[in-house]
Amino acid sequence: MSPPDPISIALVGNPNVGKTTLFNRLTGLNQRIANFPGVTVERKSGTLTGAPHVEVIDLPGTYSLTPKSLDERIAYEVLVGRRDKAPDLAVCVVDAGNLERNLYVASQVMDIGVPVIVALNMIDAAEENGLVIDASVLEAELGVPVIPLVATRGEGVDQLKKQILDPPEPAQGYRWSLMDAVSAKVPELSRQLTAEVDEVQPGHIQMEVLRALAEDNALDVWRGSAPEFVRRTEELRKEFAERGVAWRHAEVSGRYAWIGPITNKAVRRERESTTVSDRIDALLTHSIFGPLFFLVILIGVFQAVFSWATPAMDLIETGISAFAGTVQSVFPPGWATDLLADGVITGVGNVVVFLPQILLLFFFLGLMEDTGYMARSAFIMDRIMKRVGLSGGSVLPLLSSYACAIPGIMAARTLDNERDRLITIMVAPLMSCSARLPVYTLFIAAFIPAGTLMGVFGTQGLAMFSMYMMGTVMAFGAAAVLKRFVFTKGPESYFVMELPPYRRPRARQLLLRMIQRSKVFAVRAGKIILACSIVLWFLASYPAVDTDSLRMQIEMQAAEQREAGYAEAETLLPAPDMALPALDDSLDVGDPVMAQIQAMMQQAEYNYTAAMDSAQLVQQSAQIRGSAIGYMGRILEPVMQPLGFDWKISAGLVSAFAAREVIISTLGIIYSVADAEEGVALRDALKADRYPDGRPVFTPLVAVSLLVFFVFALQCMSTLAIARRETNTWRWPLVMWLYMTILAYIASLLVYQGGQLLGLS
Amino acid sequence: MTLQDLRPGESGRILEFEPNAVTDRLMEMGMLPGSVVQVVRLAPLGDPMDLKVRGYHLSIRKAEAAQIRISKCEA
Repeated sequence: MSPPDPISIALVGNPNVGKTTLFNRLTGLNQRIANFPGVTVERKSGTLTGAPHVEVIDLPGTYSLTPKSLDERIAYEVLVGRRDKAPDLAVCVVDAGNLERNLYVASQVMDIGVPVIVALNMIDAAEENGLVIDASVLEAELGVPVIPLVATRGEGVDQLKKQILDPPEPAQGYRWSLMDAVSAKVPELSRQLTAEVDEVQPGHIQMEVLRALAEDNALDVWRGSAPEFVRRTEELRKEFAERGVAWRHAEVSGRYAWIGPITNKAVRRERESTTVSDRIDALLTHSIFGPLFFLVILIGVFQAVFSWATPAMDLIETGISAFAGTVQSVFPPGWATDLLADGVITGVGNVVVFLPQILLLFFFLGLMEDTGYMARSAFIMDRIMKRVGLSGGSVLPLLSSYACAIPGIMAARTLDNERDRLITIMVAPLMSCSARLPVYTLFIAAFIPAGTLMGVFGTQGLAMFSMYMMGTVMAFGAAAVLKRFVFTKGPESYFVMELPPYRRPRARQLLLRMIQRSKVFAVRAGKIILACSIVLWFLASYPAVDTDSLRMQIEMQAAEQREAGYAEAETLLPAPDMALPALDDSLDVGDPVMAQIQAMMQQAEYNYTAAMDSAQLVQQSAQIRGSAIGYMGRILEPVMQPLGFDWKISAGLVSAFAAREVIISTLGIIYSVADAEEGVALRDALKADRYPDGRPVFTPLVAVSLLVFFVFALQCMSTLAIARRETNTWRWPLVMWLYMTILAYIASLLVYQGGQLLGLS
Repeated sequence: MTLQDLRPGESGRILEFEPNAVTDRLMEMGMLPGSVVQVVRLAPLGDPMDLKVRGYHLSIRKAEAAQIRISKCEA
């Protein structure tokens, strides 16, 4: 028996109709997520469980196939076979509770001429709201199989599978009628288009003509290849307008005129009821309680993301350093082992550490999406976001960025206005993420004097708060500027958003999506991060400094000092020919002179051990001072000096490009401080450091300047990697990096120079 | 009058649209000349509006609502 021929089916339908839930039900975990070539739209595909020859493609949720958005263009291109081979079957997923609008896109799919099955989803919710739907009437009227189901519970999925494996004949299209005035012109335009191009299948010509007539984006496609068709179409539009023919909504009206009576026949409203959803909305979008609830949710989510993630992050950190340590000790010493341990494992670890936070954030974002609260948050916040030229949809991506810019940038996908999406991505990294927190903490604790302002606010807390405020205000400012000067093309920000009924979230769906999204982050960003980590390791390790002689020197010095200590103790001996007593742990010797001698000997021993211990730290310090990073720090020093930064801070900034918090460990190494993460030792070392002329390297003003630099600078290769992925070009990540770096430089310059003018230090 | 002029709880029948991409989208989502639209409520800050159209909730800004001419339905 030969295996059955491979077939592909496409899931198509409106957003919020449970399409992805059904996709997960049909494919189980046999899924692949990639991008459609050349665009940022996700291509989710998988194989039907139990029938590996059937490929299921989950198309992006669309209200229409007329290409107003990228998602709609891709969905259409897939369905007519302009992306891959055309699917053998289309499953239109429709919300039973909102049949009329949902059948609109179904009627468009039926015109394509593929076999169509209608999956009538969420019949349970429809019934709860008093709607009774007769699937057999619907089937007879539409002329395609209709399978009622509840995808969240898996009900009806088996029947759907059976129907998929026994597909119907291609659906009969154009059952609706176009108004006569427009209809009369379709054959002429069809002939014109066929004469000029031959890439459109005969069955799709009418659809192309209607799309081109109604929608500028669709018409523009033919500008190069079919100029005469475009000219004639534009002429007709004018002619229609003069005669008062509503060409713009000819197709829409025709379709709804067909759908309306069908839904009236198939759907019976048993009772008119305010739904539960309406009652919840009365509360959650209430003029006072609504914003309050939103605030509570936000604070709750952030609290959870920060505090719940901490134990896991600590565990990962410990695990990674233990793993790196094991690698160091198991493999033979040499540059390859160092690269593996210090470059690859530590570098990737710097990012993996944020995975718990990212997972949690994706979980909460998914929860808000699945319950329908996401749309409400946009509804509540739109008015505020409109001020900077964005819409309510940007609220959650931007707020997520407080935890980490990566999920924030990924969450921007929910924006269907491409211009809004790009602007949101570009400003998301200005929101102070959790990686900046350790840097803020170190420098604020070290250089901002503890105390209170006006007796109430702690100065250190206030400083921390201003860091967050600065970033947020700048993000909004940058959005307004980008909108005005950079992303000037594209549609104005508008707000047309469905407020779907509230739904009970399903744990399985939530967890599945959380894992999928995190995996996308880990895999895609991981590759770039790995490459950058390796480069940074080389920069920190080469050129190799001969630290062995340095170590020997330190060891010799330590030994000499110990000798000296003993020699000094010897001078105290009562008799010149007396030998020093044996080293004793206790000072309880009775004789005060002998006790003093014992104390000096112990001191000498202690100093010796400490010097030997520090030898390794000094060695590392010497290496990084002599390395390419140290060298870059020195090259940058003249540029950074106006900001108050010396070469060590500059070198730290270079290394912080891997991830912001790395500056702490780099400074730790440069200052030869063990356990830099603990903070206290490093804090003291920073405060004690002096320029050759005796000025302190770190003053409170330098610290503030550095803090401001961290607020604005984009020092995070993971963010660049994810921005590259989400915008599908290096151009925007590059622009992002440039504008943020320039911003950071200017802001720090103003702080430091301004502060000096004011006589601050 | 336009849809913007309706107060929460009031309904109107759509007469015509300013022709542009946003109103094209609204039509595809079921707001056609002749359709009845109810303003359910306004967002806490007074904008956008929550509309009920063809049995579902749709939110649009007042600026968009101002592009839709309606005749008010008497309650």
